[in-house]
Amino acid sequence: MFRRAAFMASAAAVIGVAASAYADEPKRGGQLSAIINPEPPILMLGLNQQGPTQAVAGKIYQSLLTYDFDLNPMPSLAREWEVADDGLTYTFHLQEGVTWHDGEAFTAADAVFSLDEFLPETHPRWRQLYRNVASIDAPDDHTLVIELEEPFPAFIMAFETASAPMIPKHLYEGTDYRDNEWNQTPIGTGPFKFEEWNRGSSIHLVRNDDYWKDGKPYLDEIYFEVIPDAASRVTALETQRVHMSRGEDIEFFDVPRVAQLDHLEVTTQGWEMFAPHAWLEFNVREEPISDKRFRQAVMHAIDREFILNNIFFGSGNVATGPISSSTLFYDDNVPEYEYDPDRARELLDEMGLEPDGNGVRTELRLLPIPYGEAWDRLGEYVRQQLIEVGIQTDLEAADAGTWAERVANWDYDMTFNYLYQYGDPAIGVSRSYISDNIQRGTLFTNTMGYENEEVDRLFEEAAREIDPERRQELYTEVQQILVEEVPVGWLIELEFPTIYDVRFENLVTTAIGTNETYDDVYIAE
Amino acid sequence: MKEFWQRFARNRGAVVGLVILIGVIFLALFGPALYPESPWRMTAPPFQPPLEHPGAYFGTDTLGRDIAAGLVHGARVSMLVGLVSTTVALGIGVALGAMAGYFGGVVDNAIMRFVEFFQTIPSVVLAIVLVAVLQPSIESIVIAIAIVSWPPVARLVRGEFLSLRSREFVEAAVIAGQSNARIIFSQILPNTLSPIIVMASLMVATAILLESAISFLGLGDRNLMSWGYMIGAARTVLREAWWMSVFPGVAILLTVLSLNLVGEGLNDALNPRLARKGR
Repeated sequence: MFRRAAFMASAAAVIGVAASAYADEPKRGGQLSAIINPEPPILMLGLNQQGPTQAVAGKIYQSLLTYDFDLNPMPSLAREWEVADDGLTYTFHLQEGVTWHDGEAFTAADAVFSLDEFLPETHPRWRQLYRNVASIDAPDDHTLVIELEEPFPAFIMAFETASAPMIPKHLYEGTDYRDNEWNQTPIGTGPFKFEEWNRGSSIHLVRNDDYWKDGKPYLDEIYFEVIPDAASRVTALETQRVHMSRGEDIEFFDVPRVAQLDHLEVTTQGWEMFAPHAWLEFNVREEPISDKRFRQAVMHAIDREFILNNIFFGSGNVATGPISSSTLFYDDNVPEYEYDPDRARELLDEMGLEPDGNGVRTELRLLPIPYGEAWDRLGEYVRQQLIEVGIQTDLEAADAGTWAERVANWDYDMTFNYLYQYGDPAIGVSRSYISDNIQRGTLFTNTMGYENEEVDRLFEEAAREIDPERRQELYTEVQQILVEEVPVGWLIELEFPTIYDVRFENLVTTAIGTNETYDDVYIAE
Repeated sequence: MKEFWQRFARNRGAVVGLVILIGVIFLALFGPALYPESPWRMTAPPFQPPLEHPGAYFGTDTLGRDIAAGLVHGARVSMLVGLVSTTVALGIGVALGAMAGYFGGVVDNAIMRFVEFFQTIPSVVLAIVLVAVLQPSIESIVIAIAIVSWPPVARLVRGEFLSLRSREFVEAAVIAGQSNARIIFSQILPNTLSPIIVMASLMVATAILLESAISFLGLGDRNLMSWGYMIGAARTVLREAWWMSVFPGVAILLTVLSLNLVGEGLNDALNPRLARKGR
């Protein structure tokens, strides 16, 4: 139901674009009210990159690039860019006539300051990428040159707003970044300026009249309404008090119903950059999980179509392996795990895990991620399916903090998790499987303790390979190995719905979806 | 005994309540034999309305689990939690109440301040906090319910002891040189049993409600099917699938109602002096 809606939305967008060429010129004026949940702690994007912060600050701050739905880089503050043939030199030509919200000119010096000084100190993901960087220079006011130590083709994927926001040098240089007074009244180059923040109630952004794209933005103002209660969020959409919800604002079970309302449209586009990939995580240090046949048996024991349709109400696709189908270098030519409990039992028999008098072969713990309804149901479902094939499973309960602490410290048998992929496997995928990244105490590392030298080698080689075809070969190989070995049980490529008022155009136009600047959003007649 | 039944049967509601209660107890004891499989098992397609799918007379839930199986297994959990937590609460309440009422003075003062300490905290909130702190499981739920429900018992027992303490038969026992323990257990306590029994029947009802509330909020034992859990899990699809929450809701309603009716009947039967004929 959901994918159809998404398809219709995109079809409508295409028709809309075609039609607008003739008649429907974008109209100036109007206001957008969007749900924001939970309330961001701060709007300074260089200091905080949580989802809600990105959505609001994405209108205020900008970065060098953005990405289309197929993850091709597109201009933002960089007008053009070149990557040298050796893969080591990245040259960005910046837009001219760009000013900060306080009137100062934006130049390459700001870009150097952001990428070379500010972000390496404050931004965990940029800090990782920065390890590849040899130097960052500004030969003139509108040119930025980045030299890498070694080729790292994934680097070009690292320039969306939240990954590398541009920070005003004249306000931050030489100050304590975390304690700077401008953190409270953020200054960026984006189409909307910070106006007011009523804590616990709403964030108000207004049109930047000096925005560097002539005639844009079309909207006069944007309100982000803080609505902590899920039921109130749905009602706000239904009664048209707000025009848009994003991410997990609306619970999965409510989406199909809301999608049928005439004044609302649903799209699942706009998450291609993040590609949240949900899996059943195994602690492969533990017996009998350490045997790959056991993990394969688990894959055969659960019906992932059922999970997609009855637990996530169609919000996504069944995952085939470690790389999401919307991430670069995805290959579906991998072993498949059909829902086949008999095959699961065969594999367990083969391992010598015979059922005892009660049909129990072994006992394990399952620690569901405490992120709401759907994940609770998923825990109950997986538990029951495993019991069916003789794996006695106890569900454990934990709040979010306990869950994070236990998973980070490897204190679990099985759990659920989902990670963003950030467009390129070298950024968002390899981190979960390479043995270098087994770090006790840190979440979103290789917490399952999976070690395979061949996988390490392939990921490393692929990250350094410039030739895209060769990279594809390497990633195809590593996908085949991983799917055969099942270090985690991939479940669903989640697609979070953006639900919006049909009168609004261009709310989701790129792979970063609702984090986009919204400089070309307008209200149709 | 015959007299007791006559007085009990005079309250029609109590008889109805007793019949329902016996039905629920019967379900709790023998129901799992009717549905020997785990209530978590997905036996039919999800979202089947009642009477639609052969075998699933009460319909199925969002994952295709049989609602009827859930009701039957939930009865056992509810009765178990109700009875065990009430027993524990009675143990604490009677012991402390008896000591306070019998010894009086400093002991009474100390115990009653302790009781008031518990009574000032809203019981539902305290129970939820306790379950969350102790990690959700059937044991922690029983403990939490017992801890929030013993203070009224202590107050009741203390009151009874205070009034009985000065009766002639107790004084006679004191003069005869009986030990304190003996006087408490063999002289006074038997005379306080009727109000305690009445209160216990109502406490079971409250405990079942509290367990349902805790499970509804998702703090229940995740390995046990309970009525509160069923409603909590189904409330999100209330608009599409009423049967998933209505049947367990009715089960809770009937059980709690029957316990209240039976409690009232017991009151009539055990405290003939307070008989409600005139009303």
